[in-house]
Parts: sequence; C-alpha cells; structure tokens
Amino acid sequence: MKSGSRLEKVLTAGKFAVTCELGPPKNSNPQIIKKKAGYCAGKVDGVNITDNQTAIVRMSSIASGVIAMSCGLEPIMQMVCRDRNRIAMQSDILGAAGLGIRNILCLSGDHQKLGNHPEAKNVFDIDSIQLIAMVRKMRDDKQFLSGDPIKEHEPRLFIGAVANPFAGPLELRVMRLAKKIQAGADFIQTQCVFDIDRFGEWTELVTEAGLHSKVYILVGLTPVRSHKALLYMKSNVAGMSIPNELVSRMESANDAGEEGVKICLEMIEKVRKMEGIAGIHLMPIGWESITPVILERAGLLPRPEV
Amino acid sequence: MLYTENKPIEEILDCLGEEKNIFLLACNGCADICETGGQQALTTMKRELEKAGKNVSGTALVDFLCDKMLVATRLAREAKNLQKADSVLALTCGIGVQAVAKVVEKVVHPAANTVSLGGLHGLWPAEELCRACGECVLDYTGGICPIAFCAKNLLNGPCGGSQDGKCEVDKDTDCAWQLIYDRLKSLGKLDNLARIAEAKDWQQSTSLEQRKTKFTKAML
Ligand code: SF4
Ligand code: SF4
Repeated sequence: MKSGSRLEKVLTAGKFAVTCELGPPKNSNPQIIKKKAGYCAGKVDGVNITDNQTAIVRMSSIASGVIAMSCGLEPIMQMVCRDRNRIAMQSDILGAAGLGIRNILCLSGDHQKLGNHPEAKNVFDIDSIQLIAMVRKMRDDKQFLSGDPIKEHEPRLFIGAVANPFAGPLELRVMRLAKKIQAGADFIQTQCVFDIDRFGEWTELVTEAGLHSKVYILVGLTPVRSHKALLYMKSNVAGMSIPNELVSRMESANDAGEEGVKICLEMIEKVRKMEGIAGIHLMPIGWESITPVILERAGLLPRPEV
Repeated sequence: MLYTENKPIEEILDCLGEEKNIFLLACNGCADICETGGQQALTTMKRELEKAGKNVSGTALVDFLCDKMLVATRLAREAKNLQKADSVLALTCGIGVQAVAKVVEKVVHPAANTVSLGGLHGLWPAEELCRACGECVLDYTGGICPIAFCAKNLLNGPCGGSQDGKCEVDKDTDCAWQLIYDRLKSLGKLDNLARIAEAKDWQQSTSLEQRKTKFTKAML
C-alpha cells in the first residue's frame, strides 16, 4: 500500500469507487462542515475538500479535512499551485500527513482573477504536474524537492490529479494525462461530465494510449436541480461542455429535481459500462443532501468492506 | 537593455539533437554588449558547432533581432541557406527568439538565457514578451514564451480552463498553450511536450551579478 487510505484499498481491490466533494465555508464555523459531512459519512470512499475553489477565500482544506475526519469521513485534500510556493506546499503536506490525511489531489488552481481577490499576486512557483512529482518524490524517494532527505516519517499520501476532457486541445489533454501518470498520479478525477459523447471520445483516446490500465479514473458527475443551473455553468464555469438537449430536457420536466437525479443515474449506468472507468466523483454543488439518495438508487450502497 | 547569458554548449547541442544543418542568426544589439550575440559570438558558435560535427548552412548578423521587420528584410537575402537548414539557432534574448520564430517557419532554438530586462524593455515596441526567467524554455515551446504569456506560467501544457483557444482569465486573450500547441504541431514537434518540464530554478532570474551592476555617470 502506498498510503493505506480507504480510497486506495477500494480501488486496488477492483471495486467501483465513489468519492464526493465538500466545499469549506467562507467563515470559521466547523458546524457547516459537520452538517455537510453528515450527508455522506459512511457512504463514500473519500471526500474532496476544495482548496479556495474558484479563488474565493474559504476555510483551509487541511483544517476542514481534519474536521471532516472527525465525522468519520476520509478527506482527499485538494492543493492548488496558485497560493503557495514549494516551501509552503511541502510544509503543508507534512502537516496534513501528520494530522492523518491520506489522500491529496493536485491542481493548478483557478486564476485569482476569477475569484474575490483579483488584486492578489499569484504564486505558480510549480505547476500541477510538478506538484504531483514532488509529492511522489517525498513519499517514494523520501526526499524533499531539493533532494534533501526526509529521514523518517515521510508523508504517505495517495496521489490524485484532475483531467478535463472538454478543455482544448484534445490531443494535448491525453498527453497531459500521460504526463500526470508518469509524474506519479495514482488516481484521476475528471471535470463534471454532461456531454457523454465528447467524454466517450476522450475515453477512447485514453484507452487507445493504454492509460486506463496505469491509473484509476473516476468520472466527475454533477446532479442539478434546474435548467438554470446548467445554463449558468455553461456560460460561467471554465472548461465545461453542456449539450443543449440536456438543458431542454431539464426545462420541460415537471419535477426538475427528480429529472436531475434521473439524468445523473443514467450517467452512472453509462460510465459503469465504459472500459477503464474505476469509479465516480459526485459534485452536487449546493445540493449535498442528494448524494446518499443518488448512491442508494444507483445501487452503490452499502460501500464495500475493505 | 536586456541582459543575456550564454547557455552551456552541451545544452545547445542537446536541443539541436539530430539536426545536422544549422542556420546561425546573431543579434547585434543588447546581445552584442552581453557577448552572447554580435560577430564574435557568431564566429565562436560556428566553430563550436562545426567541432561537434554540425554543418552551418548560413549565418546572419541583424542589428536588432527583436524587430521582426529587420529580421524579415535581412533574411529575405538568405532564403536559400535558410531553406537548407534543419533549424535556426538564435544568439539573442527571449524576445529575439520569439520574433524570429514568428518570421521563420522552422524550429528556432535559443542560445542564451535572458536574465534581466535591465530597466529598458527592448528597443522596439514588440508584442513578444520576455520575463527574464533566466532558464529560457523557448526551445521546448517552439518559440512562444509560457512564462510571459500563460496567466499561470505553466510549463507542462494548458490548464483545464483553456477553451476554444482562449484563456480562462479573459475570453479575448489567446491561451498561450494553444498557440504553443499550434506552432509545435505545424513544425511536427509536438513530441517535445511529452517530456515533463521539471520545477524551475527561479534564482536564475535577475542574477545577483546584474543587481550589482551600477551605471556611472560617464557610462550614461
Ligand atoms: S522562457 Fe520566456 S521569460 Fe524565460 S528567458 Fe525565455 S523568453 Fe524570457
Ligand atoms: S488558459 Fe492557457 S494561458 Fe490561460 S492560464 Fe490556462 S494554460 Fe495558461
């Protein structure tokens, strides 16, 4: 075992994995995290704790992750390259591992211009691929990025990375995925998939390159309650592909909430049949209570014993 | 005034790889003063390349390689020799390399690292930018600078926000990595990007030596 995390155990046992997402609050109230944790505790194999997502200041992912852990969840600490240099990042990686965090997800991070402090100076000392390589070096080579040895208690983290099948150019997307795997990614979570056809194209290229057998791929899925949510994402969220049929299907539904759940269940059905897909990553933005409902109806509960 | 330092010859030969016929292009402006360009550097580089078994298919000295007009005019006379070359080695600053890459449909390798902008941002108004990072990666990126043009200074390809060729920060601005992709693809050099670019050594940027440089009244 590289990390001994539950997510690693589920994936290496060949079980279909389920992760979800928990966005920390824009204040210091731990109860908010505990409430959200309540919806998914015991029902998922890991929960992503976002790191100042969309460059909006929130409680830190390490602190929120530790609070989630106290509710019985296993956090996947997200870490972006925007706000910290290699010194602070390595320090936080040591701290997170010391606090019992076993999974990390490495990202570049949204540009600060998209958030609530556009006047900030960004860092980007290293990029997401270099971050993956750094965490792997700390864990497997027992060395800091500089080459200095970590004499004992190296941080043992299961390393995740993201892939966006819908950003351009497609050819580079697959190449970048290969680089992430080469750098040391153990698992991949994708951008939310609404456009199953385009996702299929990407998966085909990925399997053609044999990448699906080198890394565990979890498909990002977002259930929505209204067609407006889809339209909002279509025009405001970077790197999304949302087919028009999906928007009109949501718009004409009598019970939009139920329709959103149904669409999500259909997606789960489809991706479970695809070659090279190891699990799903649910991101019900602002609708955390739906997670257990969807998992129950998809037949993904109870989670396997590992 | 842009300050440049020569890349080690080993690194240059590594970049040239299997390419046999090289066209040498040197800048006679700032690079001449830094001894990375000018006639002398051109002669030295020609000798080094020939020693390494390369064939120098032609050479040209241009007053300011950062000026695309000058470059295009001067190179018009060299069309034949340029045609024969597998690639161009440019003895100039980061802006010079980018300007040449825009004018010449060939691989353009940088021979120097730009370490400081020295207070004056080149001599010509140019759309090419250099941030004097001190470890020039234009070889890897096909002559488009990701340090200056990517909003996140990414070194390993586009972030997830790149869409329809535009940057996530501003829909009216090209994604630098889309431009790099297009350029490398047209040169048949996309393989460049399969290699992982390792974490950068930022201490090469604006070296201590440059910070110690003081201009006396007489010099100005
Ligand atoms: S990589 Fe860019 S910033 Fe660095 S020296 Fe080259 S042109 Fe200048
Ligand atoms: S969209 Fe392109 S230019 Fe903009 S930050 Fe991402 S990779 Fe860099």
